[in-house]
Amino acid sequence: MSATPDPSAAAADGLNARVVSWDVAELDVEGVVRDVVRAPDPVLSTVGPEVDPTSAETVQLAADLVATMRVSPGCVGLAAPQVGVSAKVFCVDVSEHPKTRGHHGTFVLCNAVVVESSRNEKAREGCMSVPDLTGDVKRATRLVVRGRLPGTGEEVELSTGAFEARALQHEIDHCEGLLFLDRVAGAHAIHQRKTYL
Amino acid sequence: MTQHAITVLGHDRPGIIAQTTAILADLGLNIEDTSMTLLRGHFAMTLVCAGGSDDDRIAAALAPLAGDGTLTVTVREVSAEGAVAASGTPYLLTVHGGDRPGIVSTVVAVVAEVGGNVTDLTTRLSGDLYVLLAEVDLPTDVDVEALRTSLGEAAGRLGVGVTLRAAEADEL
Repeated sequence: MSATPDPSAAAADGLNARVVSWDVAELDVEGVVRDVVRAPDPVLSTVGPEVDPTSAETVQLAADLVATMRVSPGCVGLAAPQVGVSAKVFCVDVSEHPKTRGHHGTFVLCNAVVVESSRNEKAREGCMSVPDLTGDVKRATRLVVRGRLPGTGEEVELSTGAFEARALQHEIDHCEGLLFLDRVAGAHAIHQRKTYL
Repeated sequence: MTQHAITVLGHDRPGIIAQTTAILADLGLNIEDTSMTLLRGHFAMTLVCAGGSDDDRIAAALAPLAGDGTLTVTVREVSAEGAVAASGTPYLLTVHGGDRPGIVSTVVAVVAEVGGNVTDLTTRLSGDLYVLLAEVDLPTDVDVEALRTSLGEAAGRLGVGVTLRAAEADEL
């Protein structure tokens, strides 16, 4: 389990207190660990449809995403297409990552869109669905995202930066059928993790 | 199934890659890894392809590319290399400063001394400015601060600047 920040302190930090207080236990279903699909599976290149955040199906998917993220070492986010479901649903939890500054703990968003983004920075990304390559990708470091919480379907808007902003953009891209490969900064911006000896 | 390393070097013009890859496709060769760039304006491409053709047949098919004498094509069968997970930690090495002989050899010697493996290298000369960028896998037991010091000393003797930055990817 990840450390959850104190919701009462959240507002002072510019965080969305409702998202900070959200916990997967609210979904009241047991998450099932699913297999993570890898490129070139076509589901990863398909624009996911919007979902009904209150439907039983979406609630189960949300719980499964969190369960799968938690058993995957180093994983800070997982989107529905990565477990083979074309849908606009993803989970994020950057609380354990060393590059994290402010964060909202574990949360799931449905039908999320970027409302504002600015201050691009380039960094190297890896992805469980493209396990043998990494790529240099520019992402906004100031971000406002709007989406709905699974279960209650409440609309939430959250402002974030740094590493959580990067993770959110990566996951929203997955829901739009985009991989980091679609955003790399140049022809020499993809790197192989494997070496051939 | 054999692997063939093919190089195409020479005077740049539009259509070299289209012509080369069409010939390889006709031979039923699958292009696996490729690197192509312009080096001082010269076209420079290396491909590793897999397929059933032998070197002589591939070389004969590619011969028209070199017909006007401005391109050199080589074909050589290579044995497949086993893929292993990178054992080291990736770093990006940057050097820039006034051009002079020995920058590359001096800097990469420091990296080789600690067992670092260069996995990607680009150098560019732009006027008097010399730039070197290298992706380096460092063994996990390397003292990175000590390496930075050694690189800084070597660069100081050359009158250039050097930086060594971690290039580890964030898992998303």
